[in-house]
Amino acid sequence: MTSLRHRLADRGIDRQLLLLIPASLCVLILFVYPFAYGFGLSFQPSHGGVLGAYKEFFTDAYQRDTIWTTLKLSLPAAFLNVAASVPIAYRLRGRFRGKRLMTTLLVIPITLGTVLTAEGLLNFLGPTGWLNRTLMSAGIIDAPVRLTNNYWGVFFSLVITGFPFAFLLILSYLSGIDPTLERAAATLGAGWWPRFHRVTLPLLAPGLATTFCLTFVLAFSVFPSAILVGDPAGTTRVISIAAYHAAYESYDYSLASAIAVVMGVVELAVVAAVLGVRSLFYTGSTGGKG
Amino acid sequence: MTGFKELRLDGVTRRFGGKDALSGLSLEIRQGEFIALLGPSGCGKSTALNCLAGLLPLSEGSIWQDDKRLDTLPPERRGFGMVFQSYALFPHLSVRKNVAFGLQMRRLPRAEVRRRTDEAIRLVRLEEHATKLPGQLSGGQQQRVAIARAVVLEPSLVLMDEPLSNLDAKLRLEMRTEIRRLHQSLGLTTVYVTHDQEEALSMADRLVVLRDGRVQQVGTPEELHTRPANRHVADFMGYRNLLPMRVTSVTPELVEVEGGGMTLRGTAVGELRADDEVMAGVRPEDLRLGEGGIPATVEVVEYQGRELAVEARTDQGAMLHLRATERPSVGDKISVVADPARVLVFPA
Repeated sequence: MTSLRHRLADRGIDRQLLLLIPASLCVLILFVYPFAYGFGLSFQPSHGGVLGAYKEFFTDAYQRDTIWTTLKLSLPAAFLNVAASVPIAYRLRGRFRGKRLMTTLLVIPITLGTVLTAEGLLNFLGPTGWLNRTLMSAGIIDAPVRLTNNYWGVFFSLVITGFPFAFLLILSYLSGIDPTLERAAATLGAGWWPRFHRVTLPLLAPGLATTFCLTFVLAFSVFPSAILVGDPAGTTRVISIAAYHAAYESYDYSLASAIAVVMGVVELAVVAAVLGVRSLFYTGSTGGKG
Repeated sequence: MTGFKELRLDGVTRRFGGKDALSGLSLEIRQGEFIALLGPSGCGKSTALNCLAGLLPLSEGSIWQDDKRLDTLPPERRGFGMVFQSYALFPHLSVRKNVAFGLQMRRLPRAEVRRRTDEAIRLVRLEEHATKLPGQLSGGQQQRVAIARAVVLEPSLVLMDEPLSNLDAKLRLEMRTEIRRLHQSLGLTTVYVTHDQEEALSMADRLVVLRDGRVQQVGTPEELHTRPANRHVADFMGYRNLLPMRVTSVTPELVEVEGGGMTLRGTAVGELRADDEVMAGVRPEDLRLGEGGIPATVEVVEYQGRELAVEARTDQGAMLHLRATERPSVGDKISVVADPARVLVFPA
C-alpha cells in the first residue's frame, strides 16, 4: 500500500485528491452543464440564424440600453462602496474598545436580505417616509424629494447591501498590512496623509481592485431591488429584468440566454479591465499576518 | 545634522492596563554616545525605545532635547531615525526609494535627495541592489537598507530595536562591527535595544540594564561586567552560578558564606551582616578544578573549542557550571575551587 502511494506521489498524484470528485461533480452538474446548455440555447433562436438572438438584443435600443442602465447603477455603487469602506476600515483596523459591536453594526445589512432592505428604504426614504416628513416639517423642502421608485432607490439599496461586503473584505486586506510599516514611515517624518497614500494605499490597491470587482458583480446582477424600490419599466430597467421578461413573459428562452451571456461578457470585461489596472501595482507580500 | 548636547529622559513611565511596563526611566544621553538598553524579553526595553520614538505615548515623565520638550511631539516631528526588528521596509518600493523616502518627506530638492540617497546606499554597500525590491534581498541586505534608510536623514538620534535578532550568527557578528563603524564614522548618537549581553557589551559605550520595567544598573561595559549591582544584573552578565547561601562572617575585605554543603569566600556587593540570606555569584570561567574545594560529580560535559563546559552536582544537589581544559568524564568525582576576588555576594 505504502509503495503504491509513494509511486503515485512520485508522479505528483495524491490519492486524497480523489476527495475532490464529489465537489467537482456538483459543480459540473449544477453549474457547468446548465451554463453550457444556456450558452448553446442562445445560439438556437426560433428565427434569424445562429446569431439571431444577439442581433435582436443589440438592434433593439430598448433592450440594448439595459447594459448602460445597469452599468450606470452598478459602477458608481461599487465605487462608492469601496471608497466609503476604505476610511472606515482604516479607522477600525487597530484594536479598541467596542470594535466588535461597531463591526457587527456595519455588517448587519448582509443578514437582512434585499426585500427587507427595500421595505426599510420605502419607509424611510419614500414620499411619506421619515426623511421627507422631517425635512418638510423643518421647512427645508416644500414637496417630498423623490428618492424611491427611481434610480436613487436602487442605488441606495445597492450601497446598503454591498457596503458590508466591501467593508469586511477591505478590513481583512488592511489587517494584512504590517502596522510597523506606518510606524516606520512616521519615524521617517511622514504625517498621516503621506503615511496613508504612500505606504498603506499602494499596498492596499490590489485588495481594493478585488473588492471592487466582487461588489461590482454583485451590483450588476441586481434584480429584486430594481423592481421593489426602482422604476423597472424605465430608469432602472436593468439587464436582469430584460432577461426575466424574455424568459418568463415572452417565453423566448433563446433571447433570455443570449441576454444572460451578454451580462456575463460585460461583467468579465469590467473585471478584466480592473484586474489589468491592478497588475500595474505592487502585488507581493505586505508583511502582515494576512 | 540637528545636533544636541544632551537628551534627557526624566522619569519616563508607561503603563499597559494598570501594569507598569516601564517605570521611572531617567537617563541622560550625550551627543555621540552609543547606549544599549539590555534586559530579558518583557523587561520594558522596547517600550522605552517606542516611547523615545514617539510611537507610544508616555503615562508619566518627560523627554527633553536640551531645553526642547520632545514627548509631546508626534514621531514624525522628533527627527529620530529608527531601525525595526522586522526592518519594516516598504515592500512596494525599491531599495533606492526606501532610502529616499525620509528625504522626500522633508521636501528636499531632487538633486540633494538623489545625492544623499546614493551616498547612503554606498555607505551600506548595496549599490548593485539599489533597484531591487526588499523581497528580493537577503536578511542581512534588508537590514542594511533599514539602517541606510534611518541614517540618511542624519538624525539626531538613531534608535535600534533588536536589529540583529533575525540574522544568523555569522552575519550578526559582521553587522555588529558594521553598525559600530557607522556610528563612529557618521558621528551618530545611538540607542540600541538588545537582549544579548555580549552584543551590548561589545558595542555600547554605556549600558542600561532593565528588569520588570525598572533600571537595575547604568554603567560602562567594564563596570557591568566586573561589578554588577545586584544578582539580576549578575545573572544577565554571565554569572551562571548563583547559589543561595547564608553569611557566616564579615571582614572589610571578604565575606564568608555557607550553604548547600559549601563554604565560599567572596566580595560583598552592598552592606552585609552575619546571618543574612545572600546569593553568591561566580562565572563558570572563575571556577577551577583544584585540591581541597567543593566536592562534586560531573554530569554534563560540552565541548566548546578551546575549553570544555562542565556541569557538576554537589553532594547536596546544587548545580555548578565551570570550565575545564582537560576532559573529565561523566560521573567523575571532582573538587571545585573559586578565587575569592571573583566571587560576588549579593543580598538575596
